[in-house]
Amino acid sequence: MSSTATAEAAIVVDKLYAHYGEKPVLRDINVRVMPGEVMVIMGGSGSGKSTLLRHLLGLETATSGSVRVLGVDMVRAPPRALQEMRRKIGVAFQSGALFSSMTVGENIMLPLREHARLDTETMRIMMRLKLDFVDLAGTEDLMPAELSGGMIKRAAVARAIIMDPRLVFLDEPSAGLDPVVAAGLDELILQLRESGVSLVVVTHELESAFKIADRITVLDHGEILISDTVEKVKASPNERVQALLTRRVEHARHTPEEFLRTLTRR
Amino acid sequence: MRNFAENFGRVAVAALTELGQGAVLFAESLAWTVTGAARRQPVRFAAVLAQAMEVGVRALPIVFVLSIAIGAMVAIQGIYSLSIFGAESKVTLGVALSVTREFAPLITGVLVAGRSGSALAARLGTMTINQEIDALTVMGINPVRYLVAPALLAMLVMLPLLTWFADCVALFGAGLYVTAKLGMSFTAYLNELQASVSIDDLMHGIGKSGIFAILITIIGVVNGIGVTGGADGIGRVTTRAVVHGISAIVITDMLFAYLVIQ
Repeated sequence: MSSTATAEAAIVVDKLYAHYGEKPVLRDINVRVMPGEVMVIMGGSGSGKSTLLRHLLGLETATSGSVRVLGVDMVRAPPRALQEMRRKIGVAFQSGALFSSMTVGENIMLPLREHARLDTETMRIMMRLKLDFVDLAGTEDLMPAELSGGMIKRAAVARAIIMDPRLVFLDEPSAGLDPVVAAGLDELILQLRESGVSLVVVTHELESAFKIADRITVLDHGEILISDTVEKVKASPNERVQALLTRRVEHARHTPEEFLRTLTRR
Repeated sequence: MRNFAENFGRVAVAALTELGQGAVLFAESLAWTVTGAARRQPVRFAAVLAQAMEVGVRALPIVFVLSIAIGAMVAIQGIYSLSIFGAESKVTLGVALSVTREFAPLITGVLVAGRSGSALAARLGTMTINQEIDALTVMGINPVRYLVAPALLAMLVMLPLLTWFADCVALFGAGLYVTAKLGMSFTAYLNELQASVSIDDLMHGIGKSGIFAILITIIGVVNGIGVTGGADGIGRVTTRAVVHGISAIVITDMLFAYLVIQ
């Protein structure tokens, strides 16, 4: 990667290592996300994709290496720089993370209330625009508990884009949704990309990943197996990548002796 | 023996870590209150008001009931004990000092720890599990400024006010019994009260309630954000917040009484 490309990249992760206690959870992670690009992070359960996302968001501290988001070093930047950067990103968590004590409309307007000096009427108009964008028009007075799973995910996306961010992170946007709602969310992601937003999408839904991704990063046991275009990932000769793509069950990697030790361990 | 030492060490380290975490949260809350506006992230008055309603105004009925009962109870026990020495007439002095210096702040503190400390722990615990705290952080909204500082400010204002309210109600409850039992007029009781209680006595109790307010809030917050697991974890931290809160209040009360009276 040239230095110019690095400077322009929305996200640059270099030699990232992370541990939970003694256990390594991310090893030698190197990732670039370019402006206007949809990067999908894939992997099985426990592969480290959610952990990587938390590092990209500055919610975890790396053991070593660096994470730069929109040019800001997530580990060493002063709080003010981090806060400024966070106004330019949007995040929709897997659970939606809508505040249960607020209405849908209040949830979506919260970043505006806290960061933008706008009058209430303007904020309401912006909130309704975003709700309309995610096909939830007319739900602003409902409480999150009154929404279905798919509606919560879409409301979370509306909150993530209310500040017109340059970079959006989506954690498992279509997990647990029926195919029609999931396809709707994929369309939404593609619309966001068309508007010039960079997106990082964590998912294990293959169909969705192939549809929305410009590039796919496949993680396994905290390591990147491949990070490339959809075609190259599909054509990868790596067995573990193919096992994930073809949903093939991987056989246990331990020997019979190790397995016996696991069973009889005190 | 080694296991015991290991476990003791682990518990001691965890307790010290929580203590440090509480101190940092308290300092951060104060810092946000003072400097938030300059950093374009003020502690919102509306959030403080909402918390004040929950902590203070909605607690008024139960504080009233408990305080009037405790006031009457202190009067009953006071007259019974003093009658042994034929000194029933001194009951107003005893009631006044015990209510204003001890019972009102203690009972109000215990009540608020059970009511609001647990609610704070449950709320923050649920928000932690639902990734709402993470959501605030990534939105560039500091969770301490947004959630902890308003709760602390509301508690610091409302608990002393509730204590003052409990003083008045408990002394009124005691007065009802004393006047009926000793056949004195309520005006005479009030005059005796006025002669018995000094501003120092009132401030002794109200000052303590300020310390209790800090303890209840910080213990509730530390327990809430330290939640692990799901619904089970919420139940555990809620109970822990109440037990720790009440224990901290009682121990602090004892230390405060000892240090001030020395």
